[in-house]
Amino acid sequence: MSVQNQIMWNRLISIVEEQAQALIRTAFSTSVREAGDLSAGIYDRRGRMLAQAVTGTPGHVNAMAAAVAHFMREIGTDTMAEGDVYVTNDPWMGTGHLHDITVVTPVFHKGQLVAYFACTAHVVDIGGRGFGADGESIYEEGLQIPIIRFADKGEVNKTLIQMLRVNTREPDQVIGDIYALAACNEVGLRRLGSMLDEYGLPDIEALADFIVDASHDATVQAIARLPRAKASNTMTTDGYATPIVLACTVETHPDHVHVDFTGCSAPDPKGINVPFIYTVAYAAYALKIAIAPEVPNNAGSLAPFRVSAPENTIVNAKRPHPVSLRHVIGHLIPDTVFGAFDQIVPDMVPAEGAGALCNFQVSLRGPNGERSEVLTFNSGGTGARPTLDGLNATAFPSGVMTMPVEATEHAGPVVIHRKELRPDSGGAGQSRGGLGQFMEVGPRDGFAMEFRAQLDRMKFPARGRKGGAPGGPTVVQLSDGTQYPAKARFQVPEGQTVQLAFPGGGGMGEPSQRDLQAVARDVRLGYVSEEAAKRDYGWEA
Amino acid sequence: MTDSANLGVDIGGTFTDVVLETGGRLFSTKVLTTYAAPEDAILDGMRQVCRKAGLSPSVLTRIIHGTTLATNALIERRGARTALITTEGFRDVIEMRTESRFEQYDLNLVLPEPLIPRDHRFTLKERVDAGGNVLHPLDRADIEALAEKLQGFDSVAVGFLHSYLRPDHERLVREVLAEKLPNLSVSLSSDVSPQMREYERFNTTCANAYVKPMMESYLGRLASRLADEGATCPIFLMHSGGGIVSIETAAQYPVRLVESGPAGGAIFAADVARRHGLDKVLSFDMGGTTAKICLIRDFTPKTARVFEVARSYRFKKGSGMPISIPVIDMVEIGAGGGSLAHVDSMRQIRVGPESAGSEPGPAAYGRGGLRPAVSDADLVLGRLDPDNFAGGTIPLHPDRSEAALRAEVGDRLGMDPVQSAFGVSEVVDENMANAARVHAVENGEDLADYTMIAFGGAAPLHAGRLCEKLGITRLLVPPGAGVGSAIGFLRAPYAFEATRSVYMRLDAFDGATAKSILSDLAEEASAFVRSCDAHATILTDAKLFMRYKGQGWEIPVALDADLTANPTTEALRDRFTQDYAALFGRAVEGLPIEITVWAVNASTPLAAAQPTPDATASDRAEGTPRRLFDPVAGAWADGQSIPRERLTDGTMADGPLAVTEAETTVIVPRGFTVTGRADGVLDIRRPG
Repeated sequence: MSVQNQIMWNRLISIVEEQAQALIRTAFSTSVREAGDLSAGIYDRRGRMLAQAVTGTPGHVNAMAAAVAHFMREIGTDTMAEGDVYVTNDPWMGTGHLHDITVVTPVFHKGQLVAYFACTAHVVDIGGRGFGADGESIYEEGLQIPIIRFADKGEVNKTLIQMLRVNTREPDQVIGDIYALAACNEVGLRRLGSMLDEYGLPDIEALADFIVDASHDATVQAIARLPRAKASNTMTTDGYATPIVLACTVETHPDHVHVDFTGCSAPDPKGINVPFIYTVAYAAYALKIAIAPEVPNNAGSLAPFRVSAPENTIVNAKRPHPVSLRHVIGHLIPDTVFGAFDQIVPDMVPAEGAGALCNFQVSLRGPNGERSEVLTFNSGGTGARPTLDGLNATAFPSGVMTMPVEATEHAGPVVIHRKELRPDSGGAGQSRGGLGQFMEVGPRDGFAMEFRAQLDRMKFPARGRKGGAPGGPTVVQLSDGTQYPAKARFQVPEGQTVQLAFPGGGGMGEPSQRDLQAVARDVRLGYVSEEAAKRDYGWEA
Repeated sequence: MTDSANLGVDIGGTFTDVVLETGGRLFSTKVLTTYAAPEDAILDGMRQVCRKAGLSPSVLTRIIHGTTLATNALIERRGARTALITTEGFRDVIEMRTESRFEQYDLNLVLPEPLIPRDHRFTLKERVDAGGNVLHPLDRADIEALAEKLQGFDSVAVGFLHSYLRPDHERLVREVLAEKLPNLSVSLSSDVSPQMREYERFNTTCANAYVKPMMESYLGRLASRLADEGATCPIFLMHSGGGIVSIETAAQYPVRLVESGPAGGAIFAADVARRHGLDKVLSFDMGGTTAKICLIRDFTPKTARVFEVARSYRFKKGSGMPISIPVIDMVEIGAGGGSLAHVDSMRQIRVGPESAGSEPGPAAYGRGGLRPAVSDADLVLGRLDPDNFAGGTIPLHPDRSEAALRAEVGDRLGMDPVQSAFGVSEVVDENMANAARVHAVENGEDLADYTMIAFGGAAPLHAGRLCEKLGITRLLVPPGAGVGSAIGFLRAPYAFEATRSVYMRLDAFDGATAKSILSDLAEEASAFVRSCDAHATILTDAKLFMRYKGQGWEIPVALDADLTANPTTEALRDRFTQDYAALFGRAVEGLPIEITVWAVNASTPLAAAQPTPDATASDRAEGTPRRLFDPVAGAWADGQSIPRERLTDGTMADGPLAVTEAETTVIVPRGFTVTGRADGVLDIRRPG
């Protein structure tokens, strides 16, 4: 039985990978098809996540882990039927903001409800003020889709399609993406059905228990090996108009780890607030990657990571607080948690990094009134590791990819003039922080462009650890030198471009302890300029 | 051409396989690969097979060659001193990759080093936009100035943004460098891989530039050494897409050779499929370190447009370098006879991708290997004969296999060696089955009505169980499976795919333009094939890559002859919508459809396959008793053992059964029946 369960567990993991691939191949927004801002997973009939595609981002996957239970309650399991497909973009029941559409499909086998497939993707527009932090309540951020049926026994909900068509700026892409989400669950359920046939099983109940119990036990064993301790950390970040304090206390117990976010700032007037579901997702991810990374991610392995946050803080903001850019704060949660965890288990976690994805969106308007929305995802540097440098221009903790420049330029009349590594932005240290990157963007001739920066780490760059220096801070400016804050929305004057410098990761350990050959290599490759090498490392050519 | 004498040569990691086909007979040999001068092994092998056939190299009519040399140079980073010239502002495209982590749960992740280090990457001020318009012209003087810095490089890759739309700037660089540095090898991204997405295109071009000087020199030496031996016939190279190209084209675009060996295997399987009239085949090639799985429809292996080479992190997707070239679309996973098993922290048995290789080899070899490999599990489960492995040249030690299984698996999970071996075997079989399923689903195929064709040393041991897992009811094991790829080279047609990126929406469809694009492509592809063979009949087939406007990935839509000659909006829409719904459940309503890439493949017809006649006799063979482990029951069963030569045309036997031969053992599971066929194939079926 054990061998068979093991085999079927692997099968479920391969099924959700297929599910994710189907989504990428059928999606319309570049955020989904090029950048992989999506997740896909399978759930048992109690709503427990059993497997997730690795193609995905923790904020989706771990938030979606709780989503299916909401669908079961709101739709009512007794009303579910074959051919049904459900949808929502509720930030508190889905994955944290209105741009994420979550689709859940129940799986029936021989007439019985046996499982669910769920998937989430970030669509390019959802109406309202457009993607950005400017909204002052959820009502300004776009169309809200409660948990409803996208398809009722196979029949697509035409009313929803009509609503989307008039409420979004890029209706073809948004509607196309919802079809793609439904299609990928369809691929998953066909495959699960054939697995049940092959093994002659009526359901996956025993398999689900096996997966959840084995994962839970393995995680608890890893936790049991940790020292029992309690440690706190605070980290100040840019915020919108005023800085935001993130604070947490991590405490290890014999069979679980608890993170509490008491001490965080109150919700912000602008859309950088975080629904609790998203806070839990990234706090659990941070602990899991540090403590039990090899255990597959599912309901069993996530349960021993317990998270709490007082209500009415920025990490537990309730409706109707605006939440559009919840990731800008949410992506900084792992660095907050690592700062505390490092005091419990030293030399395990990295220094602070860029954290938040370096995203921006542009709206373009042509001479004949034609409009276009272009969203890009980019990354700064990750924090230095105890024995390794940080990663250059690589997303962490998010799992998304950047879009190819050529694909972005096909998505709208935009020109990316520069996208390359940013020398001297990695914090100096015995191990160096990862480099950020430079970008420069402008409209094609004849188009007017509005730019929306969704950045952080400008006033408060990534801090080093153990004597390591901070990473380079974010810069947003026009080509004439006019500076803007990290979160901003502005028209780009004709003939100008927007120049961006994305942040580097913090260093770790005293720079004087860095291997001189590593410094020489950094200089040869141009990661560190000669001047900086002399200043920070005492390097001589 | 009854007096043809064709030579197939496959250089692999360990062996160089040489096959000579003449007068309807095959002569083959395996010689050790000679890394310092790979042509040495070819000449040695050629002499051996010519001697066996009693003919001189001077009468050879053609030589078809495939090799992993280019792949190995990329994996081992043993290429030329190479520079990259790219658009100003984009120096780091090949280093920044997709800006993501291919493994989400490893804080100490190390990304693969770019093929060309940062200090060897140079930029020029130039720019073309997404509409193919020049935003900033390229100044010849800038190229001349850059040429000064390129002294000391052997090879250069040139990759500019949007050059797949407008190659002018890249060509200007080539022109200037040819004047200034005539000895520098130059590869343009607009030639090597003219497709959108800069990371894949640039990386493919860098890979081409990186192996080009070495491959050019090797192919030149090979041609002259062969000529010295009297073999002056044309030499062709197998490419990763399953066709063959001239030695000159291969030297220009060596990156197209990367998967030529496994491609030969797929062609081999396609040929067996044709002889047996099987239109849906899953080829399964399992060797010492990896297993390759490929779908073959209508005797043609599936092809794809991108491939990942040199995966650096446990074969994990994303940890290698993407190469966008036409390839036979196969999945390759770290599952072979030498793949090692262990128990992870979840108390789960894991197998591969780490391999015992040939040294020390599986524990059973008795050469110091202490960890259990898949072959050890096979031995303990009675599937391998300890005294007759590899023709008796390598004695196997079941006691060492048992000890290794006990130490690494059994003691940790409280299982005896047989149960442990069963676990290892099931895990590796399931890994392969999963890979096959994912591959099938990605292609919208259901494997239940497929026939499996198995070859490679370890495949016949595992193919039966794989069929059970995949619901496949028929399995063929051809003879000569050990040199399958080299035989496959001899079966490949002369083929060339001409492609063009032209966006056209169906709601603004221009039939006349469409017709002329397709006929131009047919002309271009045919001209190439004509250059290989001036007299052969040439067949062409067209396909369009189509999608809903706004999607990033297309699906291939094959056009029949009528539609190619007379393309219409309505017919194309119907074809696309049908194919899309078959793949993804439902078509999307109300969105425009567009064509992105047009492709026409020209090829010579495959040599007429000699159909294998249905078996006439129906004798039953009786073997000697042999105990075999039955994985379905999870227990030992009484079976039998029969030498392969006893299974002549029409002779049958029932599983559980081990068919023994010099190279390997074919396992026929309980419930399956094996029948010998006239062409030496073992035809294994599950009745009903």
